[in-house]
Amino acid sequence: MELLFQYIVAGVTYGTIYAIVAIGFNIIYNTTGIINFAQGEFVMLGGMTAFTLKEYMPLPLAIVSAVIITMIIGALIEMLFIRWLHKPSVLRMIIITIGLSILIRETALHIWGEGVTALPYFTGTSLSSVNLGGVFVSPQVFWAVGISSVVVVLLGVFFNFTLLGKQMRACSANREAARLCGISTQNMVTLSFMLSAAIGALGGCIVSPITYIQYDSGSQLAIKGFTVAILGGLGNSTAAVAAAMILGILESFSIWALPAAYKDVVSIAIMLIILFLKPSGLFGNAASARLKEY
Amino acid sequence: MSAKFLQLIGLAVCIVAIQICTQMTDSSYYLTQLTMTAYYSLLVIGLCMLIGYAGQISLGHAGFFAIGGYMSAFLTTHDFTAIKGEPFVAFLSKIGVLVVRKDVYGGELLAFHSWPACILSVCTVLIVAYVIGGPVLKLKGHYLAMATLGFGIIIYRIVVGTSGLGAADGISGVPGFTLFPGVVISGKGSGRILNYYIAWGVVIAGMTFLLNLISSRVGRALSAIHGAEDAAEAMGIPTANYKLKVFVLSAGFAAVAGILLTHFNGSIGPSEASVMKSVRYVAIVAIGGMTSLWGAVFMSLILNYFSLRGSFGTYDDAVFGVILVLIMLFAPDGLIRRQILIDLKYFFRRFAKKEAAL
Repeated sequence: MELLFQYIVAGVTYGTIYAIVAIGFNIIYNTTGIINFAQGEFVMLGGMTAFTLKEYMPLPLAIVSAVIITMIIGALIEMLFIRWLHKPSVLRMIIITIGLSILIRETALHIWGEGVTALPYFTGTSLSSVNLGGVFVSPQVFWAVGISSVVVVLLGVFFNFTLLGKQMRACSANREAARLCGISTQNMVTLSFMLSAAIGALGGCIVSPITYIQYDSGSQLAIKGFTVAILGGLGNSTAAVAAAMILGILESFSIWALPAAYKDVVSIAIMLIILFLKPSGLFGNAASARLKEY
Repeated sequence: MSAKFLQLIGLAVCIVAIQICTQMTDSSYYLTQLTMTAYYSLLVIGLCMLIGYAGQISLGHAGFFAIGGYMSAFLTTHDFTAIKGEPFVAFLSKIGVLVVRKDVYGGELLAFHSWPACILSVCTVLIVAYVIGGPVLKLKGHYLAMATLGFGIIIYRIVVGTSGLGAADGISGVPGFTLFPGVVISGKGSGRILNYYIAWGVVIAGMTFLLNLISSRVGRALSAIHGAEDAAEAMGIPTANYKLKVFVLSAGFAAVAGILLTHFNGSIGPSEASVMKSVRYVAIVAIGGMTSLWGAVFMSLILNYFSLRGSFGTYDDAVFGVILVLIMLFAPDGLIRRQILIDLKYFFRRFAKKEAAL
């Protein structure tokens, strides 16, 4: 029974990071219709930058700076590579973002090398744990779940109750109409890249103590994040969180039945099955799905 | 004589000329990389058919390459002596599918002959491609890209995680591929020139097949699908069927490339299945101009060759990334095409006009 809870806790921990990557996917997808294949690289950049910065400043400040730096990189990427393209085809956008992810990864390799980095635990050490009725949980798990929940709530508030958030939503609903209302759709796209870069970077900082980050962690996370985004239905961030928890827990239970090396195989197989059977996602609406192309 | 035929002869002449050049400058060691390049080119032209002509992206072709290579490597190196007594195994060795040969340590080994191993591997890849191609090709755009990427990662993970396939080390000690007695595909120095011609011969055969396919009914149907799938469907073209066939065909090309390269190198490792490899192949197709088999062959020859020679050093992947981004930003239809001259003229004329307006 206790083992069961340990598995669930591990699953929730991984689920949190998947959720964060998936939300990053969704934000950009919603404003542009693009899947940013470089999303995982933002997570990696966040974790790595914070690791370097913490040598020079206290940890919270390092994390904040890392988030801001990644945000600026996100904005630069959008302005340099995407802003001025006129109605690019999906194929073109896929290849460009894949190319960008390779570039970011290789740059990171040359800056930080191949070594793994980990931020210190936010509170306590890797050995400290909180006893929850017989189940030992690392305090970092609470940080991860707590911060992610705050991020999800804040995003909800931002998109529903602020003018800027409403403008971004208008952009995703109907770009032409949004422009006619005087919304600068281009700025909204830049903003969406900044937002998702920032969220990705924050996610990278949170999980860095638990999972470690290295230059090529990004693509792994990107595919998981995409799986989760698909499971929840692309564009739906609340569903993505639920889907992330499901995938995280399924994955952690898969170690029970299969060798750990096949963990990724399980989650990607789940993604393929969902894509084949119900591309609108677990919580997607079948009726509205019929109107969309997959 | 058609232009197509002349182009093929042109390629053949180039291949011979390169060989003669290396012979004369006493640098025939370049031929080893050129042979490997040829096998990668074989995969690239198959992929070009899928991306450029059928309009379906695949980020998982290294997976097919690896299935072919790994399976052939496994069958030709795995020792079946332990289950020699089984009637089925005995039957196989009786008809010559299983042969006894010496391994590197001089011990005896009962393993598959390279021909049946090759045929079995190709068939497996075709079946895998057919099975996953059905549902995968129903998807479009991002979903298709991610599904094929997912397939590639699954193959990579399985290869890395399975100890029977050598895990992270891969399979080594793969014997040469005896095409027929006396002609062996292997990396031995003595057969270098022969192997170079075999490899490019295979590429030329592949090109001939694909070029003919393009100018046939199938090719026209494919370009209709690429242009407007709904319109093609309305005209009575069974689009799903055609897409699946091209997918299976290109997987077959990848499998043959994987098998032959594995026998040539004498080994295969998990890096052949990595996502980066798949992305490279897509990059080469994109740089070659998507809908240009010749562009694909040409770019594959240049980029694979320099990459294999190690000319890009530690920036190997970065070079491909930069090229991919630049091409997609500035010349999404590729570099090698006649249109580029017209574009340049257009560009300069507009430039001149702007200056005049100022």
